[in-house]
Amino acid sequence: MEPTLDVKKNIHTISTLVANKPGVLVRIALVFARRSYNIDSLVVSPSFNEKFSRMTITAQGDPQTLEQIIKQVNKLIDVIHVSEHNDLDAVHNELALYKVKFTPSVKPHILKLIKKYRVSVIDTTGNIMIISQTGTTGDLNVLESALKKYHLIEMVRTGKVAMARGHDET
Amino acid sequence: MKNKKLTPPAKVLTGGEALIKCLESFGVEYVFGLSGGAAIPIFDALVGSKIKLILTRHEQGATHMADGYARATGRPGVVLVTSGPGATNTVTGILTAMMDSVPMIVLTGQTIRSQLGKDAFQEADISGITMPVVKHSYLVKETNDIPRIIKEAFYITNTGRPGPVLVDLPKDVTSGPFTGETLDPEMDLPGYRLPPKPSIVQIKKFAKLFKGSKKPLLLIGHGAVISRASKAVIALAEKLNAPVTNTLLGKGSFPETHKLSVGMLGMHGTAYANKALVNCDLICSIGSRWDDRINGNNKEFCIGAKKLHIDIDPAEIGKIVQPDMSLVGDARQIVEELVKLVEPLETTEWQKELNYYKKEFPLKYGKSAGLTAQHVLDELYKVTKGEAIVTTDVGQHQMWAAQFYLTNDGDKWLSSGGAGTMGFGFPSAIGAQFGKPNDLVVAIVGDGGFQMTCSELSTIFVHKLPVKILVIDNKYLGMVRQWQELFFDNRYSGVDLEGNPDFVKLAQAYGIKGFHVSKNEDVTKVLTEAMAYKGPALIHAEVIKEDNVFPMVPAGKSAYHMIIEAPTTKLEKPTGST
Repeated sequence: MEPTLDVKKNIHTISTLVANKPGVLVRIALVFARRSYNIDSLVVSPSFNEKFSRMTITAQGDPQTLEQIIKQVNKLIDVIHVSEHNDLDAVHNELALYKVKFTPSVKPHILKLIKKYRVSVIDTTGNIMIISQTGTTGDLNVLESALKKYHLIEMVRTGKVAMARGHDET
Repeated sequence: MKNKKLTPPAKVLTGGEALIKCLESFGVEYVFGLSGGAAIPIFDALVGSKIKLILTRHEQGATHMADGYARATGRPGVVLVTSGPGATNTVTGILTAMMDSVPMIVLTGQTIRSQLGKDAFQEADISGITMPVVKHSYLVKETNDIPRIIKEAFYITNTGRPGPVLVDLPKDVTSGPFTGETLDPEMDLPGYRLPPKPSIVQIKKFAKLFKGSKKPLLLIGHGAVISRASKAVIALAEKLNAPVTNTLLGKGSFPETHKLSVGMLGMHGTAYANKALVNCDLICSIGSRWDDRINGNNKEFCIGAKKLHIDIDPAEIGKIVQPDMSLVGDARQIVEELVKLVEPLETTEWQKELNYYKKEFPLKYGKSAGLTAQHVLDELYKVTKGEAIVTTDVGQHQMWAAQFYLTNDGDKWLSSGGAGTMGFGFPSAIGAQFGKPNDLVVAIVGDGGFQMTCSELSTIFVHKLPVKILVIDNKYLGMVRQWQELFFDNRYSGVDLEGNPDFVKLAQAYGIKGFHVSKNEDVTKVLTEAMAYKGPALIHAEVIKEDNVFPMVPAGKSAYHMIIEAPTTKLEKPTGST
């Protein structure tokens, strides 16, 4: 198989299972910050076990530094498990909300996009609608640039979550 | 009327009392600290405890004492301070312990829970401040959690790669009632796993890699000291006929007087150790992290040599040097297995080569220009027969001490290596003396570093501790001055320690015996007398002001670029950091 876009661009997705306690996020963030490694996105949410939380971190940078970061994160007492994932061994998804202002003349074009990309309108207040989309980072990037041709007022993305395929543990 | 049987209620422990009972159960002998409002319930619980409280004059001193105690005994040192500035004053000591993998428990008082985050009097977010420099930390929110947290803290601090653990204790948590069922609860550490012992298959494979080496070199680091691997390391070196070099903190794990020893390597290591590093065809690190003091330039580090790495911390493997093979685990356990599996190597020529370097480029010093630090330290080595526990500060005196005070025991050389903390030497000697009351303990300190923690003279006076303080006084921050002389055209900036006190009078002001030496011919006599003195003593050694430490590998360069003697031409500015 060809290297994926993530691998080519040095985009890394790191999934960690951590103790559900105050301060854990700071400890992990410090490991990145100290090595001047920027976190692009971060999702923290409860895991299937209430004692633990799941953190999914996306970051860009050289693999050597990242390897050291993963080892140092793994050393943190509050970190149960760390792994790095790419498109090949895991599925990824994120969610985006787009706030778009429309006029009667552009509305049909927007609705056409909504149909094409199988996304939904979750709120319409006056002449402003909010569109919700779930998909891969690539899917989200495509719709975002399409909506930018109209009056896109705001966009909020959750950042990536990942899950290992098959029997592998995330 | 019923005869009501009156039974006094079983005494309910406070959180502080529960804490002290836990410390007692872990065999804590000493707590080093300084009191303060938020820690009063803990200090209160110490009244009547068999644990001895050593009241220091500054919290930095307390941390270095706990550090020295831990390095000398292998048991965790315990620090107890109050909140706010009391807590922040421990940060340097915590960093020092973290960088050198020293087991230490730091207990800090904290404001009451309802005031957390409200900028209360003497509130400092000490668990936040110290996060990058601790192995782990806790902010205790419930009195009943104290026993579990203390048990975990002791387990974490001194297993695997040791490191400091901070426990922040709000005042209402330590004064509140302890109503838990047991002082010995289960730990809850699902994320803390010690590396499994490497399999015999792996160790066999590792052992095979030595085969055929004509110029092997064993590099002994602090990990070998911490795991008490000395016997195994000696056996390995002798079986392999392999020369041995040690890092600054690896001093003593392999006896420096052994014929296979080439002494310390690195920036100010011996010429022959650095020659060995350059010319070896195989280097095996046992508990060293190949740091920038021994490896200024990774691209030129041991070119062509096979690199093997034994370390307990998986994050050290490949961090600086990519080894051909590594074993993760306890140095002693691994080396004990390795000894059985390696075969002797033919190294007669290699040893001859290194012996030639030893003869050609010995460590030396002159006596014509006046008293030198090297002379004093060489003489100290002779007077004490190399048997003292020696602590140091950081700088020129530290490097000269490392060069001239040869060490044959792993727990007798206590120096701040990673952090390079000035002010470490004296208090760490105090901690070491508490831990090893029958040993001669000598703090070798510079005039700069000593003045950072010299208020602990009170502490040795109070406890009549027979610590000997050797102040190497060149009236400069000497190492920085050396850099400015060699690389910055003699532009001295911020290095002149004009205004130094009369150190003998300073000692006397605290009720401590003072000695003075400034002449070559007096050194032996003064040191002999001072070392034999029963009780604490300070020796003020006034040495020549402008002297440089050689050999020197400029920062950022490899050992190929070692300068053995004072250069006659101008040197370019180093590319490395310090």
